Amino acid sequence: MPMNFETVEVTTDLLIIGGGMGSCGAAVEAAHWGKKHGLKVTLVDKASMPRSGAVGMGLSAINQYLGVAEGLNTVEDYIKYVKHDLMGVARDDLVANIARHVDSSVHLFEKWGLPLWKDENGAYVHEGRWQLMISGESYKVIVAEAAKNAIGDENIYERIFITEPLIENGKCVGAVGFSVRENKFYVFKAKAVMCAMGGTVGVFKPKSTGEGAGRSWYPPFSTGSSAYFTLKAGAEMTCQEVRFVPIRFKDAYGPVGAWFLLFKSRATNALGENYMETRVGELDNWGKYGSVRPIPANLRNYLGLLDIKEGKGPLFMRTEEAIANLAKKYEGEPKAFKKKMKELENEAWEDFLDMTISQALLWASTNVEPEAKSSEIAATEPYFISSHSGSSGAWVSGPEDLSGGTDYFWGYANMTTVPGLFAAGDATGACPHKFSSGTHAEGRIAGKAAMKYILDNNTQVEPNPEVIAKMKETIFQPLALFEEHKNFSTDENVNPNYILPKQFMYRLQKLMDEYVGGVSSNFSFNKASLDKAAELFVFLKEDAEKLAARDLYELLRVWENKHRLWQAEAHLKAVAFREETRWPGYYFRTDFPNLKEEDWLCFVNMTWNPTNNEWSLFKRPILDLFGIE
Amino acid sequence: MPSYVITEKCDGCKGQDKTACMYACPNDLMMLDKETMKATNLDASACWECLCCVKACPQQAMDLRGYADFVPLGGSVVPLRGSDSIMWTVKFRNGMTKRFKFPIRTTEEGSAVPDGGYPITTDIDDVELSTEPASALDHPVWTFKK
Repeated sequence: MPMNFETVEVTTDLLIIGGGMGSCGAAVEAAHWGKKHGLKVTLVDKASMPRSGAVGMGLSAINQYLGVAEGLNTVEDYIKYVKHDLMGVARDDLVANIARHVDSSVHLFEKWGLPLWKDENGAYVHEGRWQLMISGESYKVIVAEAAKNAIGDENIYERIFITEPLIENGKCVGAVGFSVRENKFYVFKAKAVMCAMGGTVGVFKPKSTGEGAGRSWYPPFSTGSSAYFTLKAGAEMTCQEVRFVPIRFKDAYGPVGAWFLLFKSRATNALGENYMETRVGELDNWGKYGSVRPIPANLRNYLGLLDIKEGKGPLFMRTEEAIANLAKKYEGEPKAFKKKMKELENEAWEDFLDMTISQALLWASTNVEPEAKSSEIAATEPYFISSHSGSSGAWVSGPEDLSGGTDYFWGYANMTTVPGLFAAGDATGACPHKFSSGTHAEGRIAGKAAMKYILDNNTQVEPNPEVIAKMKETIFQPLALFEEHKNFSTDENVNPNYILPKQFMYRLQKLMDEYVGGVSSNFSFNKASLDKAAELFVFLKEDAEKLAARDLYELLRVWENKHRLWQAEAHLKAVAFREETRWPGYYFRTDFPNLKEEDWLCFVNMTWNPTNNEWSLFKRPILDLFGIE
Repeated sequence: MPSYVITEKCDGCKGQDKTACMYACPNDLMMLDKETMKATNLDASACWECLCCVKACPQQAMDLRGYADFVPLGGSVVPLRGSDSIMWTVKFRNGMTKRFKFPIRTTEEGSAVPDGGYPITTDIDDVELSTEPASALDHPVWTFKK
């Protein structure tokens, strides 16, 4: 392919990187303050905004809504729920900040046109305590539309993959990347940068072996860009050991929330036993977290995994039993019964069609009618997100009114430890359970704080042109490498001079799966296996320099894998550092099989130093800011 | 091949600067062959089966064939997305068919007003975000009273 790449420069005040829920929240909020104070907001997305990010397919529920104004819950209730679920490890200030603004985001969604289910009194239909049912096929389309209307099409750059942060004297002053459609290299210069590029999928070997690898639970296009960008900027990171392993319908990974919460379904093993009852005694081994209700997600996982380990699988979601129970009160009234059954059938199918279409197809292709037959559930492969019960991301400042005067505050809400670099969504750590709505709220928080930062620091620091020239060369080097060596062998897939991104990804996934507790090692590992992983990782990282690409499409895959690699390395270092087992349903250290509150009820944080290429890992205390245990 | 293009129906979105499927795919998988004017999903094992391409195709030239490594052949799930609702036709392997219709939005396409029409009463130094407290149903934004 032609190897000349035009350089395009864009200068702005706030640069938002990513097009998902967090970025859309940042865009609507920052646009308002930008208009008021004469500042420019620019957004760059690797895909196209209406369908980019984890909400692109749609959702059938909004999983974070407090209902504070309605008197349903308090912010303190939410902090307590989140801290318990994460076995004590979460930031009071960050969780509270999202929780106090999330209802507002949901009300905006409704104004913009998202259909929320209502009951006969006009109140939202709750799936569970914190969850609302929606008809969310176009959830992202609607939220992106508001963001686009806020900042204007002319300030949105789509199909541009951002690879590197620009840093001058420790401050983030922009980012560089490339167009995945044209021979163009982009340089964005900004007074503040917001990173919201999603979580990481594809670090661990997936359960599916062929095409089904695409059916990851979180999207396959979440490839570690947030972790890479913040790490490379020199930002302090937190909770890199807190991976997330959801239990979902087997293979197609359809959501289980509506079944457990709305339909009140049970899950039972091959013998018809409910592991939540038969294994309840196991909970006593996990300190005070074993006695909290709801039982932390990782412990629920763990009880199910113990059944599987003992050969008591498969596990089944008892859909037929749940539907029968719900329709029971209409028995003897054939018309009302039929109507109720039809309503439940509609709700069950919408749940999948809105957000996991594959699961609807799997049901249809295997002739499953949920009212007649159970469906299997299983643990997926591990993921890195900062929602649900995952918690990995950058260590960011809290807001002044909640954490001012403590080590959680350094000037601007959601700013990382790198001045000028803000983060939201899967890019921020220690504030899990934010889901789609909380991510949007967090984006709004970060967007406002970043505009405040720009007003206080209103100077454009010029990035070093030599550094930019070098980055340009590095970005396109995989194309040059391929061109240089492609004729050496008769099969361009097999060539000793380079490695193509797909095989590189398989190598990473095999390493992580076998030595760092993936599916095939039953989520378990020990020091010896981690040492082996570290040894192989050195070779893998060296060989990342030999990644080659045949075209722009493959160049995107190369850079996604380079990003993934850093998330994997951060995880490997964090699980090696934490010498205990705290989240047994996510990973199990066989050499340190117990919870050790006295030593490890703390955050594990880390930094990578851009000047000497060294990592450092250290503990950070968990502060009790509001007297919430 | 998760989502696929029906050769006969695809017209390469003639006359447009980009194809609908190429614009829609969040994973950049759709590629137009400019000689044949047909689009293709480049990598089935990277397809999330989100059907954004299928829903966007103006020719209804795209469909879904489930992941071959675990989905038996013969079923189908076909969307028809309108301006305010989506219709689904679900065909089982055994021939049974179910149809569903769900709302997708309550407002005109393109009409989302960023501030939702809520009055803006706050300043950049306030704890409240731009639309608050109105968007919080006029409830004061929580803070911790020390």
